[in-house]
Amino acid sequence: MQTLASDQIEEIRRQANLIRRRSLRMVHRARMGHPGGDFSSADILSVLYFGVLRVDPARAAAPDRDRFIMSKGHCSGALYAVLAAAGFFPLEQLESYMAPLSPLNGHPDRNKVPGVEACTGALGHGLPIAAGAALGARIQGAGWRTFVLTGDGELQEGSNWEAAMSAAHYGLDNLTLVIDRNRFQQGDATEAAMRLEPLADKWRAFGWSVAEVDGHDHGALFQQFQALPLEAGKPNCIIAHTVKGKGVGFMEDRVEWHHKVPSSEQLEAALRELGEASP
Amino acid sequence: MSVVTDCRQPFGAALERLAEDNPRIVAVTNDSVGSSNLTSFRKRFPQRFVNVGIAEQNLIGTGVGLANSGLLPFVCGAACFLTGRALEQIKIDLGYGRANVKLCGMSSGVAYGPLGPTHHSAEDLAWTRVIPNLVLIAPADGPETAQAVEAAARIEGPVFLRISRMPVPDVHSLDYQFEPGRAALLREGSDVTIIAVGTMVSRALDASDLLAAEGIAARVLNMATIKPLDRDAIVRAAEETGAIVTVEEHSAIGGLGGAVAEATAATHPVPVHILGIPGVFAPTGSPAWLLEHFGLTAEGIRAAAAGLVARRRNA
Repeated sequence: MQTLASDQIEEIRRQANLIRRRSLRMVHRARMGHPGGDFSSADILSVLYFGVLRVDPARAAAPDRDRFIMSKGHCSGALYAVLAAAGFFPLEQLESYMAPLSPLNGHPDRNKVPGVEACTGALGHGLPIAAGAALGARIQGAGWRTFVLTGDGELQEGSNWEAAMSAAHYGLDNLTLVIDRNRFQQGDATEAAMRLEPLADKWRAFGWSVAEVDGHDHGALFQQFQALPLEAGKPNCIIAHTVKGKGVGFMEDRVEWHHKVPSSEQLEAALRELGEASP
Repeated sequence: MSVVTDCRQPFGAALERLAEDNPRIVAVTNDSVGSSNLTSFRKRFPQRFVNVGIAEQNLIGTGVGLANSGLLPFVCGAACFLTGRALEQIKIDLGYGRANVKLCGMSSGVAYGPLGPTHHSAEDLAWTRVIPNLVLIAPADGPETAQAVEAAARIEGPVFLRISRMPVPDVHSLDYQFEPGRAALLREGSDVTIIAVGTMVSRALDASDLLAAEGIAARVLNMATIKPLDRDAIVRAAEETGAIVTVEEHSAIGGLGGAVAEATAATHPVPVHILGIPGVFAPTGSPAWLLEHFGLTAEGIRAAAAGLVARRRNA
């Protein structure tokens, strides 16, 4: 099994930090966004785009590309930051986040942003689409893979469980669901709002192969992605245990940072804590 | 006019013909295999047949994902569940996403008769018509259904095909060519225009015969494409005939009638009498009984058209 060289790990760590720095600046400028979830998913996105996904910004619509669907579309700040860093569009465009007529809408539009596979933001849409894409690859005998990142609160939407059934029924081991298990949703802890646990058991009971991993450990995430499929004939579920607002002490595990906008002082404090030079 | 067709038959046959030539065609359904007339498709193309079970949100999502993978999905289910149960997926994944997916809403209107309002689809045109990018086609007879399936496959983007199970006679000439977005002029006339869709088109023609006997020349348009609407044909009808009756096997709110009224209101405000199900849940009854009950008959159309003409003559 391939392991990451230390310089690759370092690059993934650096890119994750850039996702946090850039997305927080975007939210601050736009006066709107979802920084808590941007930060909990930043490491997952960095590992995917700088270590796992077979995508090429120069051929963003190539038929044989891996598909990545950001089901938790409210974390568009993190998604746009990683897509720009990966070369899908110029970094300067991030400054237009949610500005009038910007392609960078608050929730991603696949027809406006290269590299965006689905219009998400209404929760519970990504997994059914990902299951369809994976099934389509299978029907066509194609080797590309499909990845989908959902939030955890999002799993309260019943559409996910419809897709959970059909992905297992069709044995889609070319499909990988990553759950950003940051334990918070908009209004409360997930377990207080609507209990998700025992989450791994639920996915196993639906016929998926499940792995659990520290969602901020780049090496461990990479290892899990290298180990795909976890089990032949079963769709893969990777529960990434994360911290909402990860990386900035005053944001971590605080439900209000789901969609709180930092003040200029908070932004500067956060950037200082995240460290490294601008951006 | 002697052929009477359950439009699901030409639908299934046309889809199979397309699938023979185009390996990208897949059929997707929510266990609506027989009722979408997909039994033969499943037998002939088992690798390109997907049953997601009774799960309409996943049905639409799966279709959109299949399209993302490069395939050309025809997503089939009873119109009531297909549209109502998964409306947000239709709005976002299909409309907003401009997915190249063909929704095939079967057994529309009150075709399920005494099964009742749970199974009636009297709302689908209203709640899909407001979704941008979505093309809406409701063919009127067997040959038009087959052509609509082929046209839907050619259109790059989302299409909703509204397919009836209520047997209908052929209403078009043998050389008729369906063109998306273009109304078909079936009967010329200058006193009033009847604009009909789907199962109501043959009844509109019958009504025009009744009107002719009264000395009223009624123009008949088959508005098979509800969206994009043939505004030119509607404006011409308003200008040249001065009054319009619309008729649809659908709620009188928000469907064809609403579309025609919207098209005429600002610049050609002629009287528009909208015939449909009048904003109520249907009582128990067979399809034929229900259509009679709601006046969606040749006589009902005749009376509405004659009423508009009389009003103008008395004005």
